[in-house]
Amino acid sequence: MAEYKTEPLKCWNKAKELRLKYYKDYQEAHKKGGIRWTGGAWALDAVPAGLGRDVYNITGEPYGASIAFDKKFSLECMEATEAKGWARDLCSYMRNYWGSMYLNKFAFGGEYPEPDFCYQDHICCSHAKWYQHVAEYKKTPYFCVDVSVGPYNELDENRLMFVVNQLHEAIEWMEKTTGRKYQDELLIEAVENECRSTSTWAEICCLNMAKPAPLDEKTMYSLYVHGTLAKHKKEVADFYEELRDEVKYRVENNIAALPNEKCRLMSDTQPPWGFLKVFRYLEKYGAISIGSLYTFGLIGIWETKPDGAWGPRTTPMQKGEKITNRDQALRILADWNLSKPEWQHFYDPDLKTEMMLQIVKQWKLDGVMLHLNRGCEGLTCGIMENRLGIAKTGTPIMTFEGNMGDEREFDEKQVMTRIDSFMETLGLQMMTV
Amino acid sequence: MFKQFFEWYEKRHDYARDWIAKNNSDVVGCFCSYVPEEIIYAAGLLPVRLLGSHEPQDVTEPHIFGMFCPFCRDVLAQGLKGRCDYMKGITIAQSCLHLRQSFTSWENHVPVDYAYYLPMPSKVQTRHARPYLKGEYERYIKSLEEWTGKRISNEALRESAELHNENRRLMHEVYDLRKDPNPSVTGSEAMVMVVSSFLVDKKDHNAELKRILPELKSRTLDRETGSRLMIVGSENDDTKFIKMVESVGATIICDDHCTGTRYFWNETKFENGDILQDLADRYIDRPACPSKDWEERTRFPHILQMAKDFNIDGVIIIQQKFCDPHENDIPILSEYLKENGFPTLFLEFDVTVPLGPMRVRVEAFLEMLSEEELF
Repeated sequence: MAEYKTEPLKCWNKAKELRLKYYKDYQEAHKKGGIRWTGGAWALDAVPAGLGRDVYNITGEPYGASIAFDKKFSLECMEATEAKGWARDLCSYMRNYWGSMYLNKFAFGGEYPEPDFCYQDHICCSHAKWYQHVAEYKKTPYFCVDVSVGPYNELDENRLMFVVNQLHEAIEWMEKTTGRKYQDELLIEAVENECRSTSTWAEICCLNMAKPAPLDEKTMYSLYVHGTLAKHKKEVADFYEELRDEVKYRVENNIAALPNEKCRLMSDTQPPWGFLKVFRYLEKYGAISIGSLYTFGLIGIWETKPDGAWGPRTTPMQKGEKITNRDQALRILADWNLSKPEWQHFYDPDLKTEMMLQIVKQWKLDGVMLHLNRGCEGLTCGIMENRLGIAKTGTPIMTFEGNMGDEREFDEKQVMTRIDSFMETLGLQMMTV
Repeated sequence: MFKQFFEWYEKRHDYARDWIAKNNSDVVGCFCSYVPEEIIYAAGLLPVRLLGSHEPQDVTEPHIFGMFCPFCRDVLAQGLKGRCDYMKGITIAQSCLHLRQSFTSWENHVPVDYAYYLPMPSKVQTRHARPYLKGEYERYIKSLEEWTGKRISNEALRESAELHNENRRLMHEVYDLRKDPNPSVTGSEAMVMVVSSFLVDKKDHNAELKRILPELKSRTLDRETGSRLMIVGSENDDTKFIKMVESVGATIICDDHCTGTRYFWNETKFENGDILQDLADRYIDRPACPSKDWEERTRFPHILQMAKDFNIDGVIIIQQKFCDPHENDIPILSEYLKENGFPTLFLEFDVTVPLGPMRVRVEAFLEMLSEEELF
């Protein structure tokens, strides 16, 4: 018997339309005389926005995930990439993306749309190399910004300026590459939008502290994705505010994502996209994944509040700071991004363990499920130390192996059996309808 | 003739303990060849690069997920097994994600007094990397000074840089001898020479190099050179593999490894009037690790030029299993070398390598190379 009422999200269709519009805009950009660029979801995308309002991008990770969701096409892509000699253990998003490029097939129909330039950021071993190869293969100009300057709690002027100076260099390069005059006012607008959208996403995640949780993680994947596509765009920032208001309404009215919520969990790293049924399986036990450091902090920007709680980072606009010039905009953009929760463990797994434990405490969780994701060395970096750190506190924790983008590395039966065992240790029984 | 280098390599821990006792100082373990050893040495400490032991182990599974390279796990195993218990400090200069985990797990689970993560830039090709790295060196020096309680003077830095340059020049001299049609140095000897250079005090290493060089110039080896091979790829100090290759009709003539030429190929140039900037420039300009070789590919022309200079017949490309930085280069590099007339053989390495099956593959490669000579 359901303990809580539930209902679909009202803005669900809008989320889907926005995502399809994003890919369509990219595909059709040239017809409108616009510019297309490709790069990573973490690329500081507010920077190319200064080239005009007709600049569209495609970010490789969500594109690779979209391919992974289509198992047949994903296998074709993987095999095309492997046929070129690339190792099977490389980033599976990258292999899906490259496969789509080699096959000249766009996941949303038609041919792979040629980018006008590649623009990326680099923090893991594959980021810069991914688009180095795309640029060579497609004979496209390429610029990459090195953001691997250490953890945010050790940021100093030298480290910040290394990133800021590269962003200035990127703008000079973009002007030369596209022949367009750069517009600082568009950059400022994009930086403000990015701060607004990523802080609002953190606010939405905070609303999931409510019991029952208004959102489940599987649903959140379809919502956070906008931040990975175009976090600098007004339409994304506006959509997140609309979503926040609806989630707030759900909390106020006790509308649950899972009507029989009995157990609250979090996951870690990207999910196995071809097997999101894992989350539906949990629901049979009354268990809900309320999110993860990945869902919260891949795009969401956070800060520690004076009372020690974790919450959305205060935007420059909320502080009353007015952005008036390029340098100021780039400093804010760099500083904002360098505080990204999902960038901290690249230097020290303990920083991630601390944040995960903060989530366990603040979101009142009963357990943690770590996806040992063979498809992403970046987000899996240090994960075994996270396991040790969390287990030390007595928090129930389980691991399962898989791959976010390569279904050949996911053993469904084995994972479900592990989940059964974990549920048993949590004292949960599968519910009969 | 290379006995001393082999002894240092085999008994590295004994050497380090003796050095500590003799110098009343400490050893700093270095996790990557981008660590600026000159600074550590100028602080009166001995920088020692951390390597694995090429033995199967079962202590790292709780710390590093199995999808990361065997080398990073082998390195961590040395710390977890207490083999470096004399080592009071550790430093990493930002390299691949794999080795970073050895560093952070070492810091957490192996007792050390000092651990420093130096965010060496990944984009060495931007002009902004030079002043940035200099700033990082200033921060590192301050941290070392706080730990040791001693000031690191510019004079000490300069002396240290000169000592390291001398070591690089002497090893270059040995490498030059390998250009000879019948080189007086085997690949196995050269590998142990370079690897031992980052395990011992450069003063000792230089003295030994100066002792052997005159004799080496007139040395004739009682063996056929056979096919002249270059070896390229991930970290490699697998002497057993090199000996095997050199036992089946080939000689390893040169390499592109961080445990080989990439470690010592370029010198510090004293041209800025600022020793820290000179040092930063040296590490920015050195032959790049693939993880730092973008947007332009500088590695490939460098490797090609080396293959030409050393008159190479073929290239063995090796990769530590799961080594993403090299995996991201290998298919393109292999194609590039073939297009430029250098056949390649690809081999994947683990902590231990299966010498039997690899011998078969190496022999087949050598046979192919000799067929090309025949026809």
